Amino acid sequence: MTVTEPAGIADRGDPATAALAVQNLELAYEVRGVPREVLRDVTFQIRPGEAFGLVGESGCGKSTTAYAALRYLPDNAVVQGGAVLANGVDILKMSNSQLREFRSTQASMVYQDPVQAMNPALKIGRQVAECYQILGQSKSEAMASAGDALRRVKIADPVRVLDRYPHQLSGGMLQRVVIAMALTGDPKLLVLDEPTTGLDATVEAEVLDLVRELRSETNAAILLIAHNLGVIRSMCDRVGVMYAGRIVEEGNAQVVFDNPEHPYTKGLLNAIPRQGVRKTDRALFTIPGNLPLIGTPLPTCVYVDRCPLADDVCRTQVPPVVPVGEGHWSRCHHIDRLAQITEPDAQITEYDIGTDNVIQLNGVSKTFRQRGHDVPALVSVDLGFHEGETLGLVGESGSGKSTLAKTLLGIHSPDSGGNITLRGREMKSKATDRIAESTRAISMVFQNPDSALNRMWTVRRILKRTLTKLTDVQGAEADRRVEELAEAMRLSPRHLDMRPRQLSGGLKQRVAIARAFAGSPDVVVCDEPTSALDVSVQAAILNLLANLQNDERTSYLFITHDIGVVRYLADRIAVMYLGRIMEIGSTDVMFSEVNHPYTEALLSAVPSVDGEAENRIPLTGEIPSPANPPSGCVFHTRCHRVIEGLCEVTEPEMQEISPGHRIKCHLTIEQLSVPVEIKESATLATLAD
Amino acid sequence: MFRYVLRRLALSLITLLILIAVIFLLTRVFPSDPARQLAGPFGSQERVDQLNRDLGLQDPMITQFGRLLRDVVTLDFGESYSQPGERVLDLIRPRLANSAKLVLFALILTLPLSIVGGIIAARKKDTLLDRTIVNIGLASSSIPEFVSGVLLQYIIGVKLGWLPAVTNIPDDASLITELRYLLLPALAIVFVYFGYIARITRAGTITALDADYTRTAYMKGLSTRSVVRKHVLRNSLQPTVAVTGTQIGYLFGGLVGLEVVFNYPGLGLLILNAATAPDFPLLQAGVITVAIIFMLCTLGADILIAYMNPRARMNLKESS
Ligand SMILES: Nc1ncnc2c1ncn2[C@@H]1O[C@H](COP(=O)(O)OP(=O)(O)O)[C@@H](O)[C@H]1O
Ligand code: SF4
Ligand code: SF4
Ligand SMILES: [Mg+2]
Repeated sequence: MTVTEPAGIADRGDPATAALAVQNLELAYEVRGVPREVLRDVTFQIRPGEAFGLVGESGCGKSTTAYAALRYLPDNAVVQGGAVLANGVDILKMSNSQLREFRSTQASMVYQDPVQAMNPALKIGRQVAECYQILGQSKSEAMASAGDALRRVKIADPVRVLDRYPHQLSGGMLQRVVIAMALTGDPKLLVLDEPTTGLDATVEAEVLDLVRELRSETNAAILLIAHNLGVIRSMCDRVGVMYAGRIVEEGNAQVVFDNPEHPYTKGLLNAIPRQGVRKTDRALFTIPGNLPLIGTPLPTCVYVDRCPLADDVCRTQVPPVVPVGEGHWSRCHHIDRLAQITEPDAQITEYDIGTDNVIQLNGVSKTFRQRGHDVPALVSVDLGFHEGETLGLVGESGSGKSTLAKTLLGIHSPDSGGNITLRGREMKSKATDRIAESTRAISMVFQNPDSALNRMWTVRRILKRTLTKLTDVQGAEADRRVEELAEAMRLSPRHLDMRPRQLSGGLKQRVAIARAFAGSPDVVVCDEPTSALDVSVQAAILNLLANLQNDERTSYLFITHDIGVVRYLADRIAVMYLGRIMEIGSTDVMFSEVNHPYTEALLSAVPSVDGEAENRIPLTGEIPSPANPPSGCVFHTRCHRVIEGLCEVTEPEMQEISPGHRIKCHLTIEQLSVPVEIKESATLATLAD
Repeated sequence: MFRYVLRRLALSLITLLILIAVIFLLTRVFPSDPARQLAGPFGSQERVDQLNRDLGLQDPMITQFGRLLRDVVTLDFGESYSQPGERVLDLIRPRLANSAKLVLFALILTLPLSIVGGIIAARKKDTLLDRTIVNIGLASSSIPEFVSGVLLQYIIGVKLGWLPAVTNIPDDASLITELRYLLLPALAIVFVYFGYIARITRAGTITALDADYTRTAYMKGLSTRSVVRKHVLRNSLQPTVAVTGTQIGYLFGGLVGLEVVFNYPGLGLLILNAATAPDFPLLQAGVITVAIIFMLCTLGADILIAYMNPRARMNLKESS
């Protein structure tokens, strides 16, 4: 293969002075003795102090690139060509001791899941101090430095944190600790691989703020990988879009996200529910097909199988690097035809929402008993679902969303006093006591489809079993229904005879949805059904859910922390905090009128791919324990609008500020409309207890 | 940590109590007439009744159980039936010491070998070396210890004459001599346990080497040696410790076959003889001794694990 030096990259400066210069990197993983290509001619540069983002579907090679940058590659990785320069030195050619020196002083890495990243057997202090001992400090010096390091990442009480074990800290706190370790010795390069995936949106925002601040302080170059394009836009100067191991577009992050110049970038961006688009406006854009398997020879454009513009040229020639602007290039034969990729047509059908409540929760509370203490996880929740309506439920983890879902399903029985009615008739509180009718009426789709699907069974058997259990349909009639169901889920007949593990995440989620719909339920509870999926797969699932709802007039309780998703799909949104509904209203008013202070903080935490101006309101500290809720307004310990003397004493009533829009706060609309000022102390991370 | 030890100790005592109850019931279930046996086939019926009364064998079960518990606490199990005049405790004491010597010696040989073997196999996963270690382990642990004992005895002891073939250790033997006598049975134990412990160590080490925290340690700039020593072992050896703890109890009481082969007067042989005699006080005391050793070893293992893993301490707290 001929290697073209991409023109767009050449003007980025001398690779010898770059913080990181990956040059024509070709890398393969050996699988059963056969090397399979994963990185194809990857070339990019990060200048000192610059933040570079890498985006693309899971499996496209982002993490491999990140690990290559620190030469932490699995045993079966084979570098087939190219170089990785850090300040002009090729780290692929370093000796082991040079590499250790490089890792301890020049570069470091932070990755997903901070809980796993810390050694469970050692105290935080020992693990952080170790970084300084490597630099030659004595034990006591290192421990003092560790305290300073934690202070630097804005941990309010470093001495206590040093004395804890990892399992005693929250994910957000641990990620700060991991970042503190990464900053030892002021590295020139910081690699962050999905550093906030799996953290709550509010915690994510705090961690990102921290990284931003540290960056301006240390002038470290950053390589950031995130599947959330909003995160990349808000953090990075430049972005590279990767597909099947090749960077297909690179440029200034804002320019690329506002004016993508490659069909794949454009597809990704269109698949995200953004700019306030709603299901009533149009369907989401999807990218049909899948990423090619690793090692597939691609003497063509890598994107050819899924590109709507592909033609014979694309099938036979590797597209050249085409400069499209200042430091912005794209690898495509047909950039001039990009305008032919259009958004899906505007929706013609109106969503038809009934007026009666199919299911109604009246004053439902749920108190757990834990070590002799009452833990009120739900407090007097009133909620109704109209036929064919989607109710979005948002709130931090621990706010009670899952408990609400489980109570609705009858997995938990509510405390006496409250009840749940189905079409006006009271339902039994325990699932086992419910009559067939109300068992069938409510079903569930989980974030992780594996938990709902029997791994040993074929898809056909899973669906048939659910169908015959929940309905009267039996025998051949059931077989026919299973096939109809699969078709409605856009599953091909071939998939029916496969087992869950043979299916991709998106297909498995379709099976889980098919299963949830088997009994023609009145309400489907969806608990973060798309948060583990890539944006293009997420778009297809959201479209499917919207269509099914329209056809079947099913109601959804849709739990998510993705504001874009909930805005797209939900008709009404409820916001929960410490087991209480703090605000509820139609999606339109939630995004146009004033909000409850908690909602205000949640919304401000969302990094948007549209790059709207944002003024983030930090949520001070961690969510209080439900076992010991604050007095008065439960949100007063973290509220930026708190009225001293009132909020900590009196619990506010729900007040209706416009028809159907209710908030639980003492403030008036006028008071809530005043912009807020943020105190410096509000950005410190404190221990929960 | 101190509170954990207390809780764990309390749990162990409960387990031990249950074990003693089971042992008590079992020895009462088998139809037999100890009094008749003691009196001899020609003893008069009066003598038998008298013995029954003296031994308390007609008291209610609960009284008898209470007496047994008292015996355990005071370590006084009375006299043996089969060797009248001998205190049970005096019969058990030398046997316990013998078993302890053999087990300790076998462990000193087995543990370093199998742990190092397991770690090397894990580090060199899927190489020829790894497969060799795993397969040797599999092969050797599939042979019961008394079979490999017979083979060792025949080849090394009898044919080659390198080591004593039976363990009739002279009373005035020095430590070295004693170990020479014990080497063959100890090797038989090494054969069985090397594969088992090496496999468990290998699995634990592979998991720990793949863990994210190991990656973190490498990224700090630590050398492989330090990564393994400071981060991997503490996590990877927990299953090894747990398994070793449970197996020691077995080694004390379960080596009957091996003790027969080498004619070694250990606890296993004592229990077997007491059961066939039958000699109830001796049998009960022997089995209870093994139960206590089992309890102490698992207790020790759990405390060691709790020291290695702070989460293990938490788990007990949550479950109790
Ligand atoms: N089975 C349970 N026992 C005790 N506490 C529970 C139980 N389930 C949930 N909780 C508590 O209830 C609160 C709400 O949890 P959850 O419903 O999982 O919230 P979310 O779904 O928003 O993460 C949490 O503080 C959690 O610890
Ligand atoms: S080169 Fe062809 S197939 Fe590839 S992205 Fe461009 S138009 Fe699509
Ligand atoms: S009642 Fe007070 S503390 Fe609660 S949200 Fe309103 S202003 Fe904040
Ligand atoms: Mg949850």
